[in-house]
Amino acid sequence: METKEIRLNGLKDDELLKISRDNVLSLSVVEMRVVQKYFEDLGRDPTDAELETIAQTWSEHCKHKTLTGVIEYTETADSAERIADSNGRNKDFESNYTLNAIRYTPNKKGKCVKRKIYNNLLKETIFEATRKLNKPWCISVFKDNAGVIEFDDENGIAFKVETHNHPSALEPYGGAATGIGGVIRDILGVGLGAKPLANTDVFCFGDPHLDWKKLPEGMLHPKRIAKGVVSGVRDYGNRMGIPTVNGAVWFDDGFVSNPLVYCGTMGIIPREKAFKKVEPGDLVLVVGGRTGRDGIHGATFSSTKLDQETDVSAVQIGNPIVEKKMMDTLLRARDKGFYRAVTDCGAGGLSSAVGELGEETGVKVNLEKVPLKYEGLKPWEIWLSEAQERMVLAVPPENRDKISKVFESENVEATFIGEFTDDKKLTVMYNREIVAELDMEFLHGGVPKVSNAAEWRVTEEKKVKVQNKSDYTKDLESLLGSLNICSREWIIRQYDHEVQGHTVVKPMQGPDIVNQGPGDAAVIWPYTAEASGKGQGSSNYKGITLSCGLNPEYGKIDAYWMAASAIDEAIRNAVCVGADPEKIALLDNFCWGNPYKKEILGSLVRAAEACHDMALKYGAPFISGKDSLHNEYAVGNRHYSIPGTLLISAIGIVNDIRKTVTMCLKKPGNLVYVIGMTRNELGGSQFLKLGKKTGGVVPKVYPETAFRQMKALSRAISSGLVEACHDCSEGGLAVALAEMAFAGNRGAEIDLSRVPSQEKMSDAEMLFSESNSRFIVEVSAENSAEFEKTMTAGADMAVIGRVASKREITVKGSKGRRVIKGSNDAFRKSWKRTLAW
Amino acid sequence: MNPRAIVLRTAGTNCDYETKKAFELAGAEADRVHVNRLISDEIDLSAYQIMAFPGGFSYGDDIASGKILANEIKYKLGDQIREFARAGKPIIGICNGFQVLVKMGILPDELEFSQTTTLTYNDSDRFEARWVNLTTSQISNFRSQIKNKANCIWTKDLPGVIQLPVAHGEGKFVTADRSVMQKLEANGQVVLRYVDAKGRPALKYPQNPNGSANSIAGICNRQGNVFGLMPHPERYVFKYQHPSRLRWDREGDFGWGLAMFKNALNFV
Repeated sequence: METKEIRLNGLKDDELLKISRDNVLSLSVVEMRVVQKYFEDLGRDPTDAELETIAQTWSEHCKHKTLTGVIEYTETADSAERIADSNGRNKDFESNYTLNAIRYTPNKKGKCVKRKIYNNLLKETIFEATRKLNKPWCISVFKDNAGVIEFDDENGIAFKVETHNHPSALEPYGGAATGIGGVIRDILGVGLGAKPLANTDVFCFGDPHLDWKKLPEGMLHPKRIAKGVVSGVRDYGNRMGIPTVNGAVWFDDGFVSNPLVYCGTMGIIPREKAFKKVEPGDLVLVVGGRTGRDGIHGATFSSTKLDQETDVSAVQIGNPIVEKKMMDTLLRARDKGFYRAVTDCGAGGLSSAVGELGEETGVKVNLEKVPLKYEGLKPWEIWLSEAQERMVLAVPPENRDKISKVFESENVEATFIGEFTDDKKLTVMYNREIVAELDMEFLHGGVPKVSNAAEWRVTEEKKVKVQNKSDYTKDLESLLGSLNICSREWIIRQYDHEVQGHTVVKPMQGPDIVNQGPGDAAVIWPYTAEASGKGQGSSNYKGITLSCGLNPEYGKIDAYWMAASAIDEAIRNAVCVGADPEKIALLDNFCWGNPYKKEILGSLVRAAEACHDMALKYGAPFISGKDSLHNEYAVGNRHYSIPGTLLISAIGIVNDIRKTVTMCLKKPGNLVYVIGMTRNELGGSQFLKLGKKTGGVVPKVYPETAFRQMKALSRAISSGLVEACHDCSEGGLAVALAEMAFAGNRGAEIDLSRVPSQEKMSDAEMLFSESNSRFIVEVSAENSAEFEKTMTAGADMAVIGRVASKREITVKGSKGRRVIKGSNDAFRKSWKRTLAW
Repeated sequence: MNPRAIVLRTAGTNCDYETKKAFELAGAEADRVHVNRLISDEIDLSAYQIMAFPGGFSYGDDIASGKILANEIKYKLGDQIREFARAGKPIIGICNGFQVLVKMGILPDELEFSQTTTLTYNDSDRFEARWVNLTTSQISNFRSQIKNKANCIWTKDLPGVIQLPVAHGEGKFVTADRSVMQKLEANGQVVLRYVDAKGRPALKYPQNPNGSANSIAGICNRQGNVFGLMPHPERYVFKYQHPSRLRWDREGDFGWGLAMFKNALNFV
C-alpha cells in the first residue's frame, strides 16, 4: 500500500497542529478542524495525498488567505486632523478618497481612532479600482495566470510578475532560475497561451559589502545571493530566448535574511485565444519535463517563515531547454487549435494545475501514467511535486493523435494521464488504488475565512535638518556611487536584452556604445510576432513599454506614500519613453513580513488603499498581481521581517515607436526644462540615507496635477518636440541631470533658482529631494515655444538651463553661487564603480 | 519566384523568428525548419538556395556552445550540407550558428570539414550583451595590408565601419595553431573585425568584447559563400533598433544588418 491514511478522527487541537507541522502543511488549527469535520462527515480519514492536496490548495501562496480574509484595521493618532493628513488630503487633493467613509472618534485615552473592517482587502481596494475604471481595453483581469490588455485589433498583451523569494534565499541560482521559468509558464498558460516577448526582474538584497560577523546564522551572504540570483535569471532567461529588458535592484539591510526576487514576463496573444474552457470528456495531457522529487512542499513552505531547518528539497531544479522545446511546440499546437485549455504546473504541481482546470467539471487522473525522472516516488509525491517545465492541457479526444505528433516531432514528452468528468470531484488513482477523492467545492471553496488585526499609528512627519554647504559636487559623486543609484550595467549586460530583435528602447542608453546611462523604461516593438497570428510587418509601428516603481525606504515612513510613489514612478517611467498615459495597466506585487503582526499588516492595508486611490486617479487599472507574505527569517527567538515592499510594474502602449525618446542629452544649446513641483521631501531619500539619517517628510503624490502634466508631456513627445526625457527619482534632480549628461556625452549648465518649488528650500533640498511626478526634458530652441504651448499654461514647469558642449555639469545655487561643478567622467566613474563585479 | 531561405532550428534555438524576418525583408521566402525534419527527409534541402544557422543555445550549449548540434548535423546531414556549401550557395551562421559552423568544421574550409578554430569563453568570463563597432574592410591589423581575396558575398559593399549587437558568453575566436590563423589572414577570410571608435582593430575590452584573436568577429570560407559571425545582423534590420538616435536620421527604415541578407539574395 503506497498511500497511507492519516488519522484525524477524534484528535484534539494540539494533535491536529502537530500533524500540520510535521508534514509541512502550514494549515492552522481552524483549518485542520474544518478538514477533520469534512472527513468525519464522509465517515473516513484522509489519505496523505488528500491532506497534501488540501494544504497546497489552501496555502497562503495559492489562496492569498490573509488579503482575501477579514481584516480589522485600526488607525490611531493624536488628533483627527492628523489622520486626515495621513490620507494625504491637503489642498491639492480632491475629496473623493475612499478612506473618507471612515469615522474618527476619540477613544478613552483621548486618542483618535478610526476603524475599518475589510471582508476581502484585495477585492475592496485593488480589484475595486479596476472594476470602477472598467476600461474597455482590459481583456482579462485577475482571473487567469496573467492579466491581458488590448494591443491592437488582433492581439492582446499578457503580463505577469511573480516572486520567488524563499527558494532564492536558500538556493539563489536555482531559486531565481525557476522563478523566471515559472513566470514564463504563467504567460504560456494564460488563455490558450501567449508568446513571451520580454522578461523583467527586480531584486532586493542586503548590503553586498556586509560584514560577515553581522550575518544571521544560517544565511548566505548578500553578495553571494546577488551573484547567484543574477546568474540564475541570466542562464534561464537567455536560454529561453526572451529578452530581459527592465528591472530594478534595491539594497537594504532589511533584506539580508530574506532577499526578494521578482520575475516578470510579458507576451503577445491573439485576442480570440485569450480564454479557455474545459469540457467534460476532454483528456488531461501533461507536457514537458518529467516529474521528480524536487520542489515538494514549495507552496506550503513559501507560506511560512524560513529558518535554519528549512528543507532545501523544497527548491525546484530548472532546465530551460526543456521549457524552450515545450514552448515552441505548445504554441504550434495552440495555433492549430488542438486543445481547449492549458495551465502551468507551478506551486502545488499537478495537484493545483489539474485541480484548477477541473474546478468547474471534475477530473480523474491516473498517477502511474505520469513520466518520472526516476523510480520510487510515492503517489502523493508525484501529485505534489513542483518539478519544473510541465504544463497541463485539456484536449478534446478527437485531437489525441494530432497533438501527440506535434510534441513528438520536437522531442517533447506528452502523456495523457486522465480525463475531465462532470461529477465535480477530484479523483486521483494510482493503478487501481484511490489515492484521493475530494469534492471540488470543498477543495476550492472550503477554506475557512481567516481574520486578522491590522494597525497603523499615525505619526507626524518632521523635516530633517541638513547642514548647508557651499559645494555639493562630492555629495553628488557619492550619491551616484551609492548602492541604490549606481549603475546596474554589470547585471543588465549579462542578460540578452535584444534577442527577438524587438527592443527599440534599451535598458542602457546613449550614443557611445561603451559609456551609456540608465533608461527609464524599455520599449518592445513586436515586428516579428508571428506566433500571434499575422506578422506585424513594418507598417505597424505600435510598441509596448515595460517599467516599474519600487522604494521600500518610503515605506519605512508611510506605506501609503510608498505605494503611491511606486505607482507614480512606474507610470512616469513609461511616459518618459513615449507611452500613452491613458492606456497604462499596472501589476501589484506585495512582499511583506509576518502578517500576524498587526503593525505589519497595517502598513500593507495602507499600501493597498493607496493602490486603489492612485489607480483611479491615473485611470490605470490593476490587471494582475501577487502577494508574498511571511518574508521572515527566524534564528532562535529572533525574527527578521523584511521592510514591506510593493513593486508596481506598468505596461503601456506606444502608438509609434519612431517617436520614442531616450534619456541622454543630445545637442549643445538645447534647453533643459524641469516639469513638476519640487517640494521639501527628503524623507526616505538616498541623500538622507547616505548621511545615515532616518525619518523626514516622505514624497507625496498629487495625482490630479501629475496626471495632467503627464498627458501634456506625452502629447509633446508624440509630436516630436522632445529630444530627451528622464524622470527624477532616487537622488532627485541632481542625479537625474548627471545621468542624462554622462549618458549623452554632453554637459549641462543649470540654475537652481529657476526650479519651481513650493516653498523656500535650501540648495541641498532642491538638489536631492525626491518629490514625485518630475521630469527633466531637453527641447531644442526652435521647438521651445511649441513645447510650452503643448504643456499648457499653468504647468509647474521652467527652463532651468542648457545643454553644453563641454562635458561637465555646473549648477548654480539659489544665491547665484556655483554649488556643483564636475566632469562627466568623474560622475560616470563613481556611478559605474560600485557594482563593477 | 523569390529565392528560398531555410532557417534551421532545434531545441534551444532562439533567434529563428527574427532571422526569418530578416530574409523576408530582404526579399526571400523563408521557413523555420526543425532539424528533425531534415534528418527524417520530410524536408528537402535542395528546395532552398540559402541556409541560415540562427543564434540561441542549441541543446542548452551543454558540453560547449553549439557542439551537440554541430555533431548532429555533421554526422546525420554532413553530406547534404557540404554539398550545399560546395555548390556555392550562401550559408550564414550567426552567434550560436557560427559556433555550430566552426565546430562542424565547415568553416573555415568546407573541403577539409574538420574543426581547426573555435569560439571559447569570453575573457570577461561571462555572457555579455552590447553593441560593437565592426569593420568589413580587409585590413590585417597586425601585418601589412592584404587585399580582399575571399570576396565574401555577405559583407559586400558595406560601409567601412558598422555597428551591430553581440550577445554571447563564448565568442572568443581562436585557432588551433598559428598556421591556421596565417592561412585565414593570407586568404582574406577574416571579413569582420571588432574595431574601436576610430576604426582601428580593437584589442581591448569592451570594444573587443570577448578577447578574440586578431579582433576577429566573423570569417568566411575561401569561396566566400559560407559566413559565420558572432554579432547579430538580424537585430539591426530596422534603423530603430540602433541604440543611438543619431543613427535614426538615415533615410528609409532599414539598418545595416539587413544589407548582409540582401547581399545573399542578390547573389542567388
